[in-house]
Formats: sequence, structure tokens, C-alpha cells
Amino acid sequence: MSQSVSQHIQQQIDKNPVMLFMKGDKLFPQCGFSAKVVQILNHMGVPFETENVLASAELRQGIKDFSQWPTVPQLYVKGEFVGGCDIVTDMYQTGELESLFAEKGITKADA
Amino acid sequence: MTQTLGATEALAPRAQRIVNILREKLSPSVLELKDDSKKHAHHHARIEAGEDGETHFVIRLRSAKFNGITRVARHRLVNELLADEFRSGLHSASFILQDEKSA
Repeated sequence: MSQSVSQHIQQQIDKNPVMLFMKGDKLFPQCGFSAKVVQILNHMGVPFETENVLASAELRQGIKDFSQWPTVPQLYVKGEFVGGCDIVTDMYQTGELESLFAEKGITKADA
Repeated sequence: MTQTLGATEALAPRAQRIVNILREKLSPSVLELKDDSKKHAHHHARIEAGEDGETHFVIRLRSAKFNGITRVARHRLVNELLADEFRSGLHSASFILQDEKSA
């Protein structure tokens, strides 16, 4: 992974409290797993940013190396790796995701 | 098709390798594997892999090895065990990873 890609990823997760690396974008996810995480975040009403890894082959591989995680989507909250679709879904269903957001001081966009 | 795996079912090559690795390393009390590749027939990774490509799996696994470790740690452990499969065309696997206490 080139230094610039890892720097770019680090900047994204530093700058955005809830940062999702995904395939496609919020409006047009290009993968069912990415779509599901977007749906959960939308439903919870927290502000989040996304980046489309399909836009760059370097980023698509770089995010996997950066997180040491072989698949996309990948969710970061306050710079910490939370997980992919399975983990986010599970945490949403058990209420742990809401607790995590509360703990990290991330409040709903309309609150 | 969900298979609760006994000793002798005939599985496609990648599925068989995955099952062998997970059995050997995690001694699971429950191991179910479903090949979901056909559901992703139009997916770019499927197209690259060809018609018989085994690219998408759903795996449910319960193991005492998961006792007391976080979800991310469980997934990292399994991802690490399957690293060669990810490198050789496995595109995604969806995991349900349970410890022996959450039964």
C-alpha cells in the first residue's frame, strides 16, 4: 500500500466521526452488504460520510491492507474500526451500536 | 441450500477446503455453510470467477475458541484462517460466529 493511500484513509477516519468505506455511494450502493450498512446508519439517523472504494483500485486494496480486513464495507467510528456488514448488523440488532454511538458522543443529525 | 455438515457430504472444492480449515483450527460444535454464489450471479467477482466460481458463502460456526473474545477478534481469526481463500478468489463470506456460552 502506498503511503499516500494510507494517509488518505487516516485523514478520512480522523476527519469524519462516522466513516464508511463502501462500494457505491449512499444513494446508489453497488453491493448488498454496503447497502445494508447504509440503511442501518440512515435508520439510526447519525451523520456519516462515505467513500466509494470502487472509484480507485488503489483504495479498494488499500482499505483492506489498512484495516487488515479482507472485505468491504468497513465502518470506522471516531477513528476505530468497528467491523463489516455482519458485525454492524449484529451490533444494531443487539442495541450495541446505539450504545457505541452514545458512548462516542455521536448524536442524531436532527437531535 | 444450507448444509449442516456431517463427515461425508460432497462439497465443491473451495467449500470443502473452508470446512476442513475451520474444523481443524476451531473444533466447532456447529458448522454450517451455504454457498450463496448464485445469488450474486451478476456480481463482477462472480463474472471474473467464471460459471462455477465459488465466491460468496454464508457460514455459521460455534466454537469454544470464541469464548471471551470480541466480534472483531472472532472475525479476524476466521479471516486469517481463510486468508489464502480470499487471495484466490473468495470474494465475501458472511459469518455468524458464536461462542459456546451464547447458545
